[in-house]
Amino acid sequence: MLVYLRKRILSSALPLVAVIVGVFALARLTGNPANLYLPLNATDQMRADFTARHGLDQPLLTQMADYFGGVLRLDFGESLRTGESAAAMALRAFPATLQLAATTMVLAIVLAVIVGCWAALKPNGIADRISSFVSMAAASIPDFWLAIVGIWIFAITLGWLPTSGVGGASAWVLPIATLLLRPFGVLVQIVRGAMVSALSEPYIKLARSKGAGDVRVVTHHALRNAAAPALTVAGDLTVGLVNGAVVVETIFGWPGIGKLMIDSILQRDFAVLQAAVLLTAIAIFVLNILIDLGYALLDARVRPATVKA
Amino acid sequence: MSALTQASPAAAGQTGTTVLKVEGLTVDLRTSRGTVRAVDNVGFEARAGETLALLGESGCGKSMTAKAVAGLLDPIADVTGGEIVLNGTDLAALSPRQRRKFAGPELGIVFQDALTALNPVYPVGTQLGEAFRIHHKLSAKQARAKAIELMKRVGIPEPESRVSAYPHQFSGGMRQRILIAMAVALNPRLLIADEPTTALDVTVQAQIMALLRSLREESDMAVVLITHDLAVVAEEADTVAIMYAGNVVETGRVADVFSNPRHPYTKGLLESVPVNAERGGELNSIPGSPPELHNIPPGCVYQSRCPMVQEICRAQRPELLPINDDGGSAGSHSTRPATATALPVTVRAAACHFSEELDND
Repeated sequence: MLVYLRKRILSSALPLVAVIVGVFALARLTGNPANLYLPLNATDQMRADFTARHGLDQPLLTQMADYFGGVLRLDFGESLRTGESAAAMALRAFPATLQLAATTMVLAIVLAVIVGCWAALKPNGIADRISSFVSMAAASIPDFWLAIVGIWIFAITLGWLPTSGVGGASAWVLPIATLLLRPFGVLVQIVRGAMVSALSEPYIKLARSKGAGDVRVVTHHALRNAAAPALTVAGDLTVGLVNGAVVVETIFGWPGIGKLMIDSILQRDFAVLQAAVLLTAIAIFVLNILIDLGYALLDARVRPATVKA
Repeated sequence: MSALTQASPAAAGQTGTTVLKVEGLTVDLRTSRGTVRAVDNVGFEARAGETLALLGESGCGKSMTAKAVAGLLDPIADVTGGEIVLNGTDLAALSPRQRRKFAGPELGIVFQDALTALNPVYPVGTQLGEAFRIHHKLSAKQARAKAIELMKRVGIPEPESRVSAYPHQFSGGMRQRILIAMAVALNPRLLIADEPTTALDVTVQAQIMALLRSLREESDMAVVLITHDLAVVAEEADTVAIMYAGNVVETGRVADVFSNPRHPYTKGLLESVPVNAERGGELNSIPGSPPELHNIPPGCVYQSRCPMVQEICRAQRPELLPINDDGGSAGSHSTRPATATALPVTVRAAACHFSEELDND
């Protein structure tokens, strides 16, 4: 287990470095922050002072070396805007995104398993057709469009839900509904497909030969076999949520990591942007380890040899 | 192991009493080319303590017959006629829910490929104990103890530790033993073995057949053995029903049928066994291949390959009728029922217009 973890951590170090380098370089393409933070009539001297104070006058490679030096000491720099530690800002925003993503994924998985199993019991039956249509539609509606239509109908026209912000359960409804649809639609199709194939396996006949009924056959015998492909896709979708909350968080004013990223790009707040991206990358890396552990938990055949009975 | 056999006193039957009686069983398949008949008016009888072999080539309907008896047909297949009487109850007339009560306690089935038949994600102990959990409502712990007993009964070494192992951690022969243990867990009166040794090495095959035989003797089960292997039938079975294109073409005691076949198909099968084959010489075989299911001719099912085919064979399907057994060394069978359906397989019967004219010298 520890050997496995160490291997995973080492093998993910390089991608993390690549992510930082990429973000570091791309962020600086947006222009000099001095133009944004100093008044329009600022003198050249003021601009030069600002740039020098934040080390932006150094060659890019030097800046990058400084930054990596800082990262190794867990110093991720300060926000240009507020002077606050970039790491602290990213860590403060992250739980909001995590809550949103976790709630959405749990709901999406539970609903998709129910609908997917229901559809798989009778392939091409009426339930299957309905669920296929609904899930296809759910998977293909763009989230920004859905968010705006949702706000227009439920917040503005009907006045049932707040347009944006946090606080109270009602504030969660629109963001979650918007985020939920795509993972739900995709997962229904995956679960349905995996269940149809699992239910046609010989071990289902063996279970029936022991007197197992429909419910036991589905929940006990087929579902666990169908879980592996669903887990893979659910993992990808969760990564997408952690990242893709950018759009939804911006539209609904949700104070998460996505909104922080957009804000820091617009403000050319490089240190904060880098910290936010790095944190997201680490979260995705942890998620992938969890998915691998999930496989091993579900199916003894993919467990490392040392755990074998 | 005796604890398990004693567990169901009600199941004690007399050797030779009829456990399963199938009459006029017909199974239709819904395919993209229309409905086809996979099993046509099949009848046979399995008796306590005896083994009945259903013998035939791939696609002859023997497996489909077994699945119909076990109630495990695929959704595209329907039993459209006939009776499946198990210990006095017609299974074909029951709802799926009622039928589940028989699956395990009354009827066990051993599948062909143990690797795919076992659920890969559960330890074998869980799967062995499942029947007890479903039918006897045992706790997980009690079921595990039963699983260990079962593993001992079928000769799996170190059952206490192996009970937590997964199917892929066993050899093919051990997996097949586990499948057999599952089928006999609740001491069923009837055991269907659907090509139980096809996927195994020859030496392991012999061990598995010996295990099935000893289990049969131990609890006086009736065994229906589905196979395409003539040697297995000769060694293991008491009676045989030979199937061709969904029909039973000949039945009887194995010794009688093999020594004196009364149907040209049986004769062809027996002659294709290379007993006295010469090196470099041609092996005997039946020319042609069985008809496809959607293309079965109206007359005799064997007409296209039969060396004796006559006009009447194309016009009229021969019924499975009792025949005079003049050539066999086995004893005479006094009872000769008048009806054609569901002859006890101990009675020599063949579905051929010219079975009396078959030359077996």
